[in-house]
Amino acid sequence: MKTLLTTLATATALSLTLVPAAQAQQDTAEACFVYVGSHTDGGWSQAHDIARLEMEEHFGGAVTSRFIENVAEASSEGAIERMARSGCDIIFTTSFGFMDPTVAVAERFPDVKFEHATGYKTAPNLSVYNSRFYEGRYIQGVIAASISETGTAGYIGSFPIPEVVQGINAFMLGAQSINPDFAVRVVWANSWYDPGAEADAARVLMDQGVDIITQHTDSTAPMQEAAARGIKAFGQASDMIEAGPETQLTAIVDTWAPYYIERVQAVLDGTWETSDTWDGLVDGILTMAPYTNMPEDVAALATETEEAIKAGELIIFEGPINRQDGTVWLAEGEQADDGTLLGLNFYVEGVDDQLPQ
Amino acid sequence: MSDATLILIQAVLLTISTAATPLLLAAIGELVVERSGVLNLGVEGMMVMGAIGGFIGMIVTGNPYIGAVVGVLFGMALSLLFAVLTLTLATNQVATGLALTILGLGLSGLIGEPYVGRSAVRMPVLNIPGLTDLPIIGRLLFGQDLIFYISIALIVGVAWFLFRTPSGLKLRAIGDNPQSAHALGIKVIRTRYLAVLFGGACAGLAGAHLSLVYTPQWTENMSAGRGWIALALVVFASWRPFRILAGAYLFGAVSIGQLHAQALGIGIPSQFLSALPYLATVIVLVLISQNRRLTLINTPASLGKSFVPDR
Repeated sequence: MKTLLTTLATATALSLTLVPAAQAQQDTAEACFVYVGSHTDGGWSQAHDIARLEMEEHFGGAVTSRFIENVAEASSEGAIERMARSGCDIIFTTSFGFMDPTVAVAERFPDVKFEHATGYKTAPNLSVYNSRFYEGRYIQGVIAASISETGTAGYIGSFPIPEVVQGINAFMLGAQSINPDFAVRVVWANSWYDPGAEADAARVLMDQGVDIITQHTDSTAPMQEAAARGIKAFGQASDMIEAGPETQLTAIVDTWAPYYIERVQAVLDGTWETSDTWDGLVDGILTMAPYTNMPEDVAALATETEEAIKAGELIIFEGPINRQDGTVWLAEGEQADDGTLLGLNFYVEGVDDQLPQ
Repeated sequence: MSDATLILIQAVLLTISTAATPLLLAAIGELVVERSGVLNLGVEGMMVMGAIGGFIGMIVTGNPYIGAVVGVLFGMALSLLFAVLTLTLATNQVATGLALTILGLGLSGLIGEPYVGRSAVRMPVLNIPGLTDLPIIGRLLFGQDLIFYISIALIVGVAWFLFRTPSGLKLRAIGDNPQSAHALGIKVIRTRYLAVLFGGACAGLAGAHLSLVYTPQWTENMSAGRGWIALALVVFASWRPFRILAGAYLFGAVSIGQLHAQALGIGIPSQFLSALPYLATVIVLVLISQNRRLTLINTPASLGKSFVPDR
């Protein structure tokens, strides 16, 4: 037993001191994906899967890919490890809650490249990539405040993490640019993908009289519920127009394919390096689904807002912005840096909800 | 009360009833099963099979009513398996029931794979002219889908059957003492088969409600623990049908109420609020268990025990 332990200890020490060999070019690669929901969820995971297929097609036969779906965040480490063990060259883990499990597995498999979506922890073989979803949320806020009759929107959140808080804040800043008194009601589904809970949340919000539903969860259930009651809603992650042809105003559509192609190409070329990507509308990593089911002037205003964001004329988190309690967050002209945004854990003024801590 | 308040109350009640109906259906079926002395812990599995059955039936035929029938058949098919194992082969009911749940969850995921992400035709609301427009209770009682009406009819029907008919008396006798019932010439195994199949049909219909009314789509694991809540409700109701109605609506009210509290920004942690319905169930169960005499009277005395004639 003691010998075994010594051998193990030596082996670990060796592997730690070994400098990773220079990366070689390779002709083929296998890319693997871990999804939190179903690859046909009509939302977040489907957007990743569409990008996966596009990436595969781009490389002809040189790159094969696999995915594992419906992976619970809490028990994702085993799933990620199985992927790493089964010969994947690069593994994309596509949910915020996969962060720590991905870090843990990346440490054990130094030769495999890892890419984690929406997180903030990197390692020599672990990159992070994200999209400035909040830019789209701002446009949604502008639309919501322009067409809402009750002046109140319902917001279905998944978990109170910075990405979602950014979204709620940006939505409200957009809405306040049209109607300073616009209100939002927030319900947490405590899940990324739970159609039943999301539908309950949508029903409750509509019972309370909101006339716009926006969601930061992955299924089309809220869109279905809004459609059933003839209320307008925003799609999330994928174009959800099929779930609500007369309901969807627009959707934030995630377009991950160019990023996936770039990163897998780097693996083939042997040039893959750790990176931290946070792109926005202007980079095409997120696009807005067509502005539908709204008056033309509102659609024009939305397009105008989108162009202004792309051109850099409109910075969403630029002062003056107050915190929820009325204290100054950003003074006139001051801009929030990315670090602040990635740790955002408070609402802006006008959000009438208490953020669960 | 202002019109707005009335509309709010009506809407809230309707949402609560949507949340309560699947629980009610699964629980009333299990109540009959347990009254016959059989403990089927496979409600969750039968429910999720009903959900995928209902969804497939709807997609194939385009008709949600045919879908509901297919859901019922799927639930019954799984319960038949349970009946053969526990009643004919006299396997352990607890272990078999647990296995049934695991089987149902796995099997439904497998056959449902091609159906994820497809949209269903929602089961239509059946309005009754005149009555539907009544204030507050109009839409709650007379403006719902067919499955809701069936759920209420089942409560009344089961109560009547169990306590007002000779067959119901025989079923309860079997649940209390199958040996004596057998000696009296009552067909124990046959009655238990029918009870288990009825339980499967109810759980299947509850599942079909999930995939045809609650959220008209199919998701793996979409029963999301409701089968277990239904099992708890049977104990909660101390095996009395009308208490199932109260229990299911109370549970529905707490789970919808917590979302209202969130939407109003009351500032209680949402994780705690989400746990509330389960917490409420546990507390009520503890309270009910306090009264041991009452529990003893209502509990089927031979619940969960296998019966083999002539042994």
